[in-house]
Amino acid sequence: MKVITANFVTCAVKECKTSPASFPLHFQDAELEQQELDFQPEFIRNILPRIDWEALRTISNELGFPSLPDSKPEGDALENEQTLRDLHRLLLETQVTEGKLTCGNCGHSYIVKEGIANFLLPSHLGEKYCLFVSTVFVC
Amino acid sequence: MLPTPDTSHVSFDTIYEPSEDSYLFLDTLSSASESKWLSERLPKNQEASPLVVEVGTGSGVVLAFTAAQSQQIFGRRDILTLGTDVNRNACIATRKTATTAIQAEQQPSPQSIHISSLTADLCAPLRPGSVDVLLFNPPYVPTEDLPRLPSAAENDPAVSEAMSRSAKFDNDSYFLSLTYAGGADGMETTDRLLDSIPGVLSARGVAYVLLCKQNRPDDVMERIRGWGGWHAETAGSSGMQAGWEKLVIVRIWREDSS
Repeated sequence: MKVITANFVTCAVKECKTSPASFPLHFQDAELEQQELDFQPEFIRNILPRIDWEALRTISNELGFPSLPDSKPEGDALENEQTLRDLHRLLLETQVTEGKLTCGNCGHSYIVKEGIANFLLPSHLGEKYCLFVSTVFVC
Repeated sequence: MLPTPDTSHVSFDTIYEPSEDSYLFLDTLSSASESKWLSERLPKNQEASPLVVEVGTGSGVVLAFTAAQSQQIFGRRDILTLGTDVNRNACIATRKTATTAIQAEQQPSPQSIHISSLTADLCAPLRPGSVDVLLFNPPYVPTEDLPRLPSAAENDPAVSEAMSRSAKFDNDSYFLSLTYAGGADGMETTDRLLDSIPGVLSARGVAYVLLCKQNRPDDVMERIRGWGGWHAETAGSSGMQAGWEKLVIVRIWREDSS
């Protein structure tokens, strides 16, 4: 899965959706792979409005990337090729192949294996799990 | 005719093989009327890159087509695609189908980008308000029982590799049943998906959902219009049977807030 995926996913437990702590999910023990893709500056500019910058800063730190600027590039900064290349590398070329994505609200971890994240909840927990989470951890 | 994505790498032991319903999706999305509608809904120079999500991707043929033919369908190539399926094998297949189709159809770049395939129940892990185009070719066949959802453990490749021949047969049959068995009226899974649409679609978002005649598409569209502030129209149909359209694709979207 490409790193940009983290911008679009949250905890699969329904009760967690309304909690700010469920986004972004936190990468743990992540193994990364770089996959070269054509650099498309226009595409990056069009993606940026969709990116939650604070969340991306968190993710970037967790994956061991150099710190991103404090605020989202806009105006002249969008003409800076190096800035766009750095974002291209982080968001689109970097793949998380193994590791975990953990919810900051309920603590559940979703396993990433061979680049596929598994968001199915464990069968023995299922509905009960939601109840457990919502009563014990106040989801 | 635009080329159908290659799925020759896909093993159809547990994955739905592209069929009439899949092809109706390809034809509907790339039809002149639908691509005009989508290009106007998501105009290239005004709107950020759309996120296209297919739920229940199976082989990935529909999502791969959408990615690879983004210029024809949306009038733009800066499309991000993401797929979900309860079957991990389908996720692996979709990733390959999508990346292969994009490579084959979009040289030189710009290219659409398939960002990931996730093992998940419908839209469960998607961030609210994030989906611009949602595609769903559901398990729509009316059946007595609805198969239960698989667990994370049942999708563990190590578990299926260790299975005996007969256990593998049962397991394959179970996963295949998930691709078609829709429970009462064939609508049990589709109803859950419809319920999630207002939460998961962006303000500019649109969903395409395939229905068969036993699903009573007219009733379904009427119900959606009853949500208040939502439109539902037939975007494509195929195969007349006794005066009824056998399969239809319904387009669902919010009324403009402006």
